[in-house]
Amino acid sequence: MERRRAIYEKDLNLEATELRLGLPGLDESEKQSSTSNSAKNSKKRPLSEMDDNNSSCVTENEQQEYAPPAPKSGFNKIFFFNNFRAQVVGWPPVRSYRKNIVQAKKPESDTSLGMYLKVSMDGAPYLRKIDLKIYKSYPELLKALQNMFKCTIGVYSEREGYNGSDYAPTYEDKDGDWMLVGDVPWEMFINSCRRLRIMKGSEAKGLACL
Amino acid sequence: MASASLPEQVLKHLFSFLTSDKDRNCVSLVCKLWYEVERRCRRSVFIGNCYAVTPDIMIRRFPQLTSLTLKGKPHFADFNLVPDGWGAYVDPWIAAMSQSYPFCLEEIRLKRMVVTDESLELISTSFHNFKVLILLSCEGFTTDGLAAIAANCRNLRELDLGESEVEDLSSDWLSHFPDGCTSLVSLNISCLGSEINFSDLERLITCSPNLKTLRLSQAVPLEKLPDLLCRAPQLVEFGTGAYSSEVQSDVFSNLEEAFSGCKKLEGLSGFWDVTPAYLPAVYPVCSRLTSLNLSYATIQNPDLNKLISRCHNLQRLWVLDYIEDTGLQALAASCKDLQELRVFPSDPFGPEPNVSLTEQGLVAVSDGCPKLQTVLYFCRQMTNAALVTIARNRPNMICFRLCILEPRSPDYLTLEPLDAGFGAIVEQCKELRRLSLSGLLTDRIFEYIGAHAKKLEMLSVAFVGDSDLGLHHVLSGCESLRKLEIRDCPFGDKALLANAAKLETMRSLWMSSCSVSFGACELLSQKMPRLNIEVIDENGPPDTQSESCPVEKLYIYRTVAGPRFDMPGFVRIMNQDAAH
Repeated sequence: MERRRAIYEKDLNLEATELRLGLPGLDESEKQSSTSNSAKNSKKRPLSEMDDNNSSCVTENEQQEYAPPAPKSGFNKIFFFNNFRAQVVGWPPVRSYRKNIVQAKKPESDTSLGMYLKVSMDGAPYLRKIDLKIYKSYPELLKALQNMFKCTIGVYSEREGYNGSDYAPTYEDKDGDWMLVGDVPWEMFINSCRRLRIMKGSEAKGLACL
Repeated sequence: MASASLPEQVLKHLFSFLTSDKDRNCVSLVCKLWYEVERRCRRSVFIGNCYAVTPDIMIRRFPQLTSLTLKGKPHFADFNLVPDGWGAYVDPWIAAMSQSYPFCLEEIRLKRMVVTDESLELISTSFHNFKVLILLSCEGFTTDGLAAIAANCRNLRELDLGESEVEDLSSDWLSHFPDGCTSLVSLNISCLGSEINFSDLERLITCSPNLKTLRLSQAVPLEKLPDLLCRAPQLVEFGTGAYSSEVQSDVFSNLEEAFSGCKKLEGLSGFWDVTPAYLPAVYPVCSRLTSLNLSYATIQNPDLNKLISRCHNLQRLWVLDYIEDTGLQALAASCKDLQELRVFPSDPFGPEPNVSLTEQGLVAVSDGCPKLQTVLYFCRQMTNAALVTIARNRPNMICFRLCILEPRSPDYLTLEPLDAGFGAIVEQCKELRRLSLSGLLTDRIFEYIGAHAKKLEMLSVAFVGDSDLGLHHVLSGCESLRKLEIRDCPFGDKALLANAAKLETMRSLWMSSCSVSFGACELLSQKMPRLNIEVIDENGPPDTQSESCPVEKLYIYRTVAGPRFDMPGFVRIMNQDAAH
């Protein structure tokens, strides 16, 4: 029990030298290294307590110990462990088709990245981007668009579209078709909208007549 | 000897009741007569390592085989530890058997082997009554080879592509199945990536009245499922394609109705890309389900819970760690017949936990499910106390594989190694046959394993141990050990050389990133002529290595075939005379 604790304390000893992913057995001194989760897990003892206890328990067996290389400073530790798992071939032991499938699809609740879409306006020299996620309804969106492009979009009506205004907002949906903004419920719009285009009134009149 | 031997016909009849390979092998050792009778009436052969024997040796001994099962690459090939081109080619086997077994061979089952289109074509044209082709985790072939199988194997009953890597050259290979009724009972194409011709698939399903197992690929969209299911309401096992679609009430009700019509359904899988709103469509079959594979489904609680808690008869569950501890507690409460649980990591490379799945979940299941005997569990933290509890709860455990994502993680509460916990597992679970270790472990755990794990057949070990003593404990103590795979452990020459004889009693030993020297490999090969000692080193030609240099990867297996000659440049097989 004592010996095990001593070995583990040596593990936590962060006297590690340079980063190394070489073969074991090449150089005894290079093998002194340690790994730990101490950086990540706040329940572990702080480093200063370690240093006192590490010295006298080194035995021959510990010299043989091979460990993945460890970083030097606190910050690098965390960064390194992110990469360590990604760099070590075949660890964790998950088959490659499982890695891909899972990483390709994160659950719908992951909203941290926002939903940025391109917005173009006829006649404007460059496009803009807006985050659809921050709007909860059509009026909010249209207000924001009017602000961004300094234009008037007017009021939506099912029958007339945006007739009577200079501009009409349209969007490209999943199927690649250009649709008038406002026809479908907001949730459905959010899920199918790929990009926005604010069309000039003259062209827009054509849409509204359909 | 005065004893009269039974006439051959009687012996043959008696032996026909022996189906297990072990029994047949025993019987053939009794005397020469029994050996001769047995070998002529043996119909099914299992070869766990394709390089342990040659096709010719097999054919000479068994002149009439109906079924062959062959395994090729070592298990760690699943995790990319075996370089491409290592070997495990099935072609020589097919070529030899096409000459010797054209009228008798009906079933070929392969795992981790390299299969070519030429071999598939040869299979389809050589064996007149070919019925079963199972390719698990294989590679090297394309849909052209499958087209040949579909076209020529008129009595095909099972075509299972497992988790193989198939090059999709065309989507119309399905059209090569003959018109009219087929005898298909099982079709698994879940590994295929590309488009499928739906009308071919529909026609095939309609014309296969005996179809019991159907596993579709991701390319089959949810909208197609109702139609397909209505054509095969007799299915026992079904794997969906992509399970997502815009939520439309008519699609939902069609799907629900289709599932309701499948009165015999016991197993469900697939579920790529799930739209949670469509999960209730499977509720009608939940109470009958014994097997549920949700390991690709990125659904979370409560949707996940609602589904699983309806499956009271569940025996096997594969799921992602989105189930979390709460879901596992619910599982423990609802599924009292559970025998097998696999929990896969949703974010294996993420630095921080993305779900609340800990050791508590596994403890709950071990407590609530009295028949639990097979576990594969990926998690980020573990304690000795939890493992001791699991061991106490489930002494009937047969297969225990625990993967703590961060190598060398100690007991997160006490900071001690997990020796005591895993030790309890091997001590209490006397029937344990398979074990995978992870976390912080010293030589002590190997002492426990050597002392207690008498029925252990397969052991997987990564980033653990202190010294050669660890390996020595295992090799000298585990009487039933057949397969040992080790990576990144401080095990070296001493233990290996001291236990050389043991290696001939095992199927194979894999060691990578350990401390075994080239010189020791040479010594070992001199001592043990019936082992193939393969040194795998992609770093440079093996000839340039000095004796004390540690080998990158080592694969040792017993064989009666002698050294093989189909290996690539980075594999060297040590010779007995070790010319160096």
